[in-house]
Amino acid sequence: MTNSFADFAKAKMFFVIGSNMTEAHPVAATFLKNAVMNGAQLIVSDPRRTKLAEFAKVHVPIKVGSDVAYLNGLMHVLIKEDLYDRDYVERCCTGFEALKAKVMEYPPERVAPIAGISEEMLIDVARRLAAVKPAMLIYTLGITEHTCGVNNVMSCANLQMLLGNVGFECGGVNPLRGQNNVQGACDMGALPNVFPGYQKVEDPAARAKFEAAWGVKLPEKNGLMMPQMMDGLVDGKVKFFYVFGENLANTEPDIRHVEHCLESAEFMVCHDIFPTETTRFADVIFPAAAWSEDDGTFASSERRVNRVRKVSQAPGQAKPNWWIFKELAKRFGQEWASNSGQEIWDNEVSHLAPSLVGIRYSRIEGDGLQWPVPDLEHPGTCTLHKDGCFTCGQGKFAAIDWTPPAEVPDAEYPVVLSTGRRLTQYHSRTQTGRCLGLNDILGEETADISPQDAARLGIAHNELIKVRSRRGEVKVKARVTQEVPEGMVWMAFHFREACANWLTNAVFDPVSQTAEYKACAVQIEKI
Amino acid sequence: MSKPTLTINGMTVEFQPGQTILEVARAAGIYTIPTLCHLKDTTATGSCRMCMVEVERARTLLPACATVAAAGMVIHTESPRIDASRRMVLELLLASGNHNCLVCEANGVCELQALAYRYQVATPDFAYPPDHPYYLEDNKNLIRRDLSKCIMCGRCVRACNEKQVNQAISIGYRGAHNKIVTRADITYSDSDCVFCGQCVQDCPVGALLELKAMGQGRPWETHKVRTTCPYCGVGCQLLLHVRAGKIIKVTGVEGAAPNKGRLCVKGRFGYDFIYSPERLTTPLVRDKKGGELREASWDEALDLVAAKLKETIAKHGPDSVAGVSCARSINEDSYQMQKLFRAVIGTNNIDHCART
Repeated sequence: MTNSFADFAKAKMFFVIGSNMTEAHPVAATFLKNAVMNGAQLIVSDPRRTKLAEFAKVHVPIKVGSDVAYLNGLMHVLIKEDLYDRDYVERCCTGFEALKAKVMEYPPERVAPIAGISEEMLIDVARRLAAVKPAMLIYTLGITEHTCGVNNVMSCANLQMLLGNVGFECGGVNPLRGQNNVQGACDMGALPNVFPGYQKVEDPAARAKFEAAWGVKLPEKNGLMMPQMMDGLVDGKVKFFYVFGENLANTEPDIRHVEHCLESAEFMVCHDIFPTETTRFADVIFPAAAWSEDDGTFASSERRVNRVRKVSQAPGQAKPNWWIFKELAKRFGQEWASNSGQEIWDNEVSHLAPSLVGIRYSRIEGDGLQWPVPDLEHPGTCTLHKDGCFTCGQGKFAAIDWTPPAEVPDAEYPVVLSTGRRLTQYHSRTQTGRCLGLNDILGEETADISPQDAARLGIAHNELIKVRSRRGEVKVKARVTQEVPEGMVWMAFHFREACANWLTNAVFDPVSQTAEYKACAVQIEKI
Repeated sequence: MSKPTLTINGMTVEFQPGQTILEVARAAGIYTIPTLCHLKDTTATGSCRMCMVEVERARTLLPACATVAAAGMVIHTESPRIDASRRMVLELLLASGNHNCLVCEANGVCELQALAYRYQVATPDFAYPPDHPYYLEDNKNLIRRDLSKCIMCGRCVRACNEKQVNQAISIGYRGAHNKIVTRADITYSDSDCVFCGQCVQDCPVGALLELKAMGQGRPWETHKVRTTCPYCGVGCQLLLHVRAGKIIKVTGVEGAAPNKGRLCVKGRFGYDFIYSPERLTTPLVRDKKGGELREASWDEALDLVAAKLKETIAKHGPDSVAGVSCARSINEDSYQMQKLFRAVIGTNNIDHCART
């Protein structure tokens, strides 16, 4: 997030796209709803009529995968009607002429049929966005989980720069991150192209810095991204696969394909706290300490590094994950000095990552600090690119074309499947499935379908149906709901038997390698 | 322009126009005005009448939480008249329900109990609770609603509507039949309730309770540890209520960034997985593909993995090893894993689920 959750309660205008916040980020959504109740305007762009859409001034039910066309269409109107922030664009941004030329190719009459909305609605939304400043743009996986995910993200940034909304409190581009520490795992360099603090592994100076710190020679070229690793398992490039705390066999698209990849590993190691569908493929499983059984830190969506504290003993012989890695290093003759979460952070991480230099455990006993925190007196950074002064110099517009999802409905598979999370369960339920009460609220998967489709197919609410894609099929209860538009089925991936990932399409954004969980084609059948 | 002033307990204090008497008093360091229905950051209703204060020249006592301060007011927060009024309110509240502290979960944190102690109101002079059964429901193993202890302060209503904006709880019926209801007076389970539990956290008495915490320990037997929620990326701050090394209850940390005490159903109730008997408790090794797992010592399992790693690197090079880190675990674990891959194995084939 360029901005902070504290802005949510104060903002006057929200543009939420591809985010089912009341279920996936419920507490953040409460502050947004508070602002709306106090008069802020909310525009929700989502194919589904989500709970949040009920609070919206305008719900824009764009078609799945039409985001770039829709956002280009909004920018078309803003430029054509001269409603954009000309001063900000000239002062803070580059690439405007190319952007303008591109979005001029997206007039309302072209965008309306692609996005499945009226021209009037598109123009109305653009005018509303220009009327209140700043507006806060919030997105989640509805933007990123597409083969054009990177283009979707850049289009969100284009829109906010065009409106002059980046760099101000209650503005900005704000992705809500799905896992408690997905921000932190990125910050720590659990990525194939960067060291901790986003220092590029291909940069000789960065390598030299880490070589000096760790006392070893480091590899020079970028590594594989996760989907490439999976393919590598099958084609033999990857022999040894090390899976720490992920249940890939449920959470990756096209389970049949994923399991084939995992079977192909010559040797596989897992760390986990429970046996999972993924540990079935492991040759060695290390039992790990869980949340609240170890001291450490998480980094949240708003770049805030928060303390996590130990209150319980890990069961049996389970050990902290950092200890397991340290023990393996020792068997290669490397004695790592740090011997606790605090020593790792205070003595290594905060010295190596420039944006985290000012964060020490002693400073985050209460509220955490939002990076960048360049020194030990720095109070943290609530808003990035302050006043339009972009970290990289100037904001770069990108001229982007719309591309449809890799698999679109056809005569054989006429319905769009889109997937996501539900409020009461979390991912593959290794944790929430073992919490008393949560299964009482949501105990099984459903396929959410529209009343129109239900009527056409003669399907009753709670009736068992088949949902089939080119990858597989599941039997699942139909949940007939007006949240879902005609021609769409929506499912989550919380329950193994009816997991949406038996159906999803393992195609990826070419740059980010993010899978297209949000769009594939299926057929629905009454049993 | 200078700020307006008023006099409170003999002190002359400045205030911001629009502040209530309660806010002015607390800003002036007077924390002794008792409240029950008052809930920070929500609309003042002035319904419980505990916070009554004397304002000179006013005809009646006034509720501090719902009376806007005015310039020149002369306020007294304690007096025999005020005491009598508060005592009467307490007697009425205690008489209105089944306020038996002996086995009540709220014993020790109950605001009604604390005020009864402060004002030494032992047993109401009025009738005991009526003999018809009070409404009690247990919902989804998560929330107990026991209206025999409800004092109709309305905090749950405002917690639900004004804080979480889930719009599930309201006040139903009229007059003496007033009652907290969900939808048209149905159970939490059948209503629009999403089990965020904000109403439980904000209930001043024992009318709303976490079922999982019942019988697990008294408030004074627990110590409270602040931590960060393990689910989504908002980073809510949790207060773990720990007894004998075990979490028995979770509440939100009031005033903390970013959640200001609020939690969702997972943050509040999704903690007990760590005590599941299905936890992995010992290293496991599979001697051949497709074979059964067997228990192993740490040394055996670690030595085996190290040997296999060395063998793979020697035969196929370091880039034949790949790994994914965990976006749920702590930063320090991810740091160690990428260090293992880069500095020990010699490959950048390290990733995690951020992209998928």
